[in-house]
Amino acid sequence: MRRRLATRALAALGVLCLALGTVAMTVARPDASHAQPPADPRHGRDLFVGGCSSCHGLDARGIPHRGPNLRGVGALSADFYLRTGRMPLAHPDDEPIRAHSVYSAADQADMVAYIGGFGGPAIPSVNAAAGNVAEGKQLFTDNCAGCHQVVGQGGIVTPNAIAPSLENEVQPVDVAEAVRIGPYVMPVFSDRQLTRSQVDDLARYVQHIQDLPNDGGWGIGNIGPIPEGLVLWGLGIGVLVLVARIVGERTTS
Amino acid sequence: MSVLRRGAPERDPIARPVDFVDQRLGAAPVLKKTLSYVFPDHWSFLLGEIALYAFVMLIATGTYLALFFVPSHSATVYHGSFAPLQGTSGTEAYMSTVRISFDVPAGLLIRQAHHWAANIFIAAILIHLMRVFWTGAFRKPRELNWLIGVTMLMLAIVEGFAGYSLPDDLLSGMGLAIAYAVALSLPLIGGQLATLLFDGRYPGGEDFWPRLFIAHVFIFPMVIGALIAVHLAIIMRQHHAQFPGPGRRERNVVGTPLWPGYALRSLGWFAMVAGVIMLLGGLIQINPIFQWGPYETWRSTNGAQPDWFLGWLIGGLRLMPAFEPRFGGQTWIPNPFFGGALFPLICFGTLYLWPWFEQRFLTRDFRRHDLLDRPRDNPLRTAIGAGFFAWVFIVFAAGAADRLLVSAGISYIGQVWFFRIAAIVGPFIVGRITYKICAELRDTGRHPLRGFSGRRVERAPTDGYATVSESVGDREPAARPPDRASAAGTAPGEPSRTRTGDLR
Amino acid sequence: MNLLGRLLALWAIWRRVLRGDPQPLAEDPDPRERELPESERAELLAAIGLLASAGLAIAFIVLYVVYPNTPLLGATAGLSLVSLAFALMFASVRVVPQVTEVEERSLLDHGEQEHREIADEVRAGGEGISRRGLLVGAGAVCGGCVGAAALVPVASLGPRIGGRLASSPWRAGRLLVDEDDRPITADRLAVGGLVTAFPQGADKSDLGASVVVVRVDPGDLRPSPRRRGWSPRGYVAYSKICTHAGCAVSEFRSPESPTTTASGPALVCPCHYSTFDVTRGAKVVFGPAGRPLPQLPLRIDARGRLRAAGGLSDKPGPAWWGEGGPRA
Repeated sequence: MRRRLATRALAALGVLCLALGTVAMTVARPDASHAQPPADPRHGRDLFVGGCSSCHGLDARGIPHRGPNLRGVGALSADFYLRTGRMPLAHPDDEPIRAHSVYSAADQADMVAYIGGFGGPAIPSVNAAAGNVAEGKQLFTDNCAGCHQVVGQGGIVTPNAIAPSLENEVQPVDVAEAVRIGPYVMPVFSDRQLTRSQVDDLARYVQHIQDLPNDGGWGIGNIGPIPEGLVLWGLGIGVLVLVARIVGERTTS
Repeated sequence: MSVLRRGAPERDPIARPVDFVDQRLGAAPVLKKTLSYVFPDHWSFLLGEIALYAFVMLIATGTYLALFFVPSHSATVYHGSFAPLQGTSGTEAYMSTVRISFDVPAGLLIRQAHHWAANIFIAAILIHLMRVFWTGAFRKPRELNWLIGVTMLMLAIVEGFAGYSLPDDLLSGMGLAIAYAVALSLPLIGGQLATLLFDGRYPGGEDFWPRLFIAHVFIFPMVIGALIAVHLAIIMRQHHAQFPGPGRRERNVVGTPLWPGYALRSLGWFAMVAGVIMLLGGLIQINPIFQWGPYETWRSTNGAQPDWFLGWLIGGLRLMPAFEPRFGGQTWIPNPFFGGALFPLICFGTLYLWPWFEQRFLTRDFRRHDLLDRPRDNPLRTAIGAGFFAWVFIVFAAGAADRLLVSAGISYIGQVWFFRIAAIVGPFIVGRITYKICAELRDTGRHPLRGFSGRRVERAPTDGYATVSESVGDREPAARPPDRASAAGTAPGEPSRTRTGDLR
Repeated sequence: MNLLGRLLALWAIWRRVLRGDPQPLAEDPDPRERELPESERAELLAAIGLLASAGLAIAFIVLYVVYPNTPLLGATAGLSLVSLAFALMFASVRVVPQVTEVEERSLLDHGEQEHREIADEVRAGGEGISRRGLLVGAGAVCGGCVGAAALVPVASLGPRIGGRLASSPWRAGRLLVDEDDRPITADRLAVGGLVTAFPQGADKSDLGASVVVVRVDPGDLRPSPRRRGWSPRGYVAYSKICTHAGCAVSEFRSPESPTTTASGPALVCPCHYSTFDVTRGAKVVFGPAGRPLPQLPLRIDARGRLRAAGGLSDKPGPAWWGEGGPRA
């Protein structure tokens, strides 16, 4: 009886250790630079020629009316566009939109290394946890809310550009890269306009809005009066009219 | 009765308070009349009560909020429990609202219930107005009450705007700037009026915020409350209108007496409206000013919208082309006038003048009416009303156009042109379709949902009428004209046919 | 009988169609009735509804004291009221006597005779007065003037507008500072960048104070002859208050490269989407705004900081009747 109990206890402990270990391994992601081989710029060049040169030219100096010069944009720009799947772009006039990248992470790293080889800013390091969320809210409101909406629900710029919502999938490094690039029609924020500490604050705020604590109940999209009006007419007045119909006439004549 | 008993108190527990009041105020006849007051039965008569009970909820929740709100525009810095605003500077008005939301137990519930109640208040007035319009209840002798009602709608909209502007958050601040621009745009008087309302140039002088507060918590509620009292008094004096039906005449009212049935039902309806307001107030977030942040004149956000009851105006402002006539080096009509002032002027002017317009030009009917029309009984009025509301609704929809772009990838410029054309063409299409539907319903005697209900009779060859077919709702038996032999009709349950013989 | 029947039918039709007073063809049943539901089950259900409401109300009180979470408070308060509502409305149809009564409406129109008598009585109040016109006229003038006197203090509510609506604190030489009062240096913005600026020391809320400074490629600028030199090194400044309805113009459409989009650099207002071309003096290229944004001439001082080289080119913010048009 006691031995069976002991065996069971040991087995349970073992399972627990296994579970904890698995969780620990998945949570603590190994550093990419240690686990993966170093990027290969020459492979990157091959990929570039195959997938990008039709607009950006074989020498990456750009083709008028198709794609801009990429010499000097740096690893920062290349990483942003490739990792978020905004490039390759089907037509030069299209707005680059976040999508699933057609390149694997390793291929992306190679292409970034190739473009980065021409000089320009490196991939920024950003520490959202060190950012101050209140500072970030002020900065976001003053610099970003005009297009992206004050809690990052997205917006539009005439005639038909979309400032994307920052809710899902946007990483702190995306924020840091985007403000330096000013992709598509977004303004450019140099490091004199937004310091690195301010970028940390912004990234912290973006994390905050990705997990908004809606203290008042269901957030209904966090874009204000439009969903509020829909709820009013659909749920509020709608329910009341329905109940009125049921109780309003106690007998049918 | 002995002399000693005269004046002595009653024994019957219910008669005692009646005795008390009658001995001092002579109220017995009033009490008797009140208890037996007859309310006609129809679900659509409950809509005005929604507005009434929402107003009571507004007073209750509003009083609570007014005890915590600070109506001051002085700058202060937030040091409360809400992290994203820590160290942020804003006005006392804004910060006191944040405090109500986070540091007062049930404060956020009451705040949100107040805002939902305001929305329900205005929406209820609107559907009540539509019911009164489409049943012709505004006809003589009720034109006065129509005027009072339209005035209350206008006041409620302004009051609601003032209310959500008080917290001085980013969204409402943008709205106030636009209100200032619209006031400014009124020809001749705009400059003076705007500076009078705002105590100087926008964002307003020292006295502007306390005045806005007093207007919202005292002046407007008093006026609206007084108008509600007059509205109800007139209804009681004239007695409710009612739909035609068995025993219902122009000169009588048929329905449920106040006691016990209608009192319970009304009390229950009050609890229902209050309950819906509290459920919304707790479960669905509204106007999260702590997410918008405080307002400054140099700040704005994409996707800013007024509350829905002003959405028609933002639509007007967005749809209007850049027309701003200038002569002799002076601006004569600033652009916001058209969408922000002229448009609502036309709408409210139409509403105000409608009873007399209809009386003089459409029906030429100057008699008193206490029996209501069904909407189909006056197709022209119903159609014009439908077209009018369609017009306002299309412009309203245009005001929310940009989010459609965000979700569906449609060019903003294309949307603007679509809505410009739709706003002109749409009302006529809606009016025409409505007219045809009403005319057909009236001619065939069909219920819009339940279909034909009644008896089809045919004149018998000798005398009187013989029933051809009988139907209840949509179980209409074969409606083909019978031959003489089967004048008694067919059995119910057979597949029904329309007049043209198609299977329904 | 036939003729009478036909006449009756015709009369009914005439009343119905021409006078709009619907009369059912059949005999009218008396609608009065009084029915007692007498259902113990219904009474029990109503009582349960009331007690449920009570229970939820107690839950609300407990939550308020112990854990004032907004959704829970709302749910308990709301459901308590809804439960009460159902109990009351259910009782009104299934518990209390169901009565249909008929009440006569009160007479509203007392007749022409009455109205004339009242009018005569009013007129009799002026019997024997010979100078009625004089008195009535004087009374009307008095009423008008006294009424005006009663309304005049309302003017104290507002200041005299004078030149206030058009004023701006910008003067030649004023230093541009950002929201944190730091001067804006000429290396602050990259091409395609923007920053909000104010005159040093001014009240930032003033409609004439806030400007948006953007930096464009100097080669893209197309200023009017009078404004050449207002945009050193591609820095251009415009009033941030939209000339349409007063919102802050906070969107900057800044194409990444010439191939990005055909639309050039522009400031866009997020309220009604007025779009201003920054390379051509904020000319309105789309939207309802009727005037370009006023431009602030800039210069760069010896220490590399941006300064105003003059006042705004036009009155800031939305227009009003009589306000003069653009000057420069």
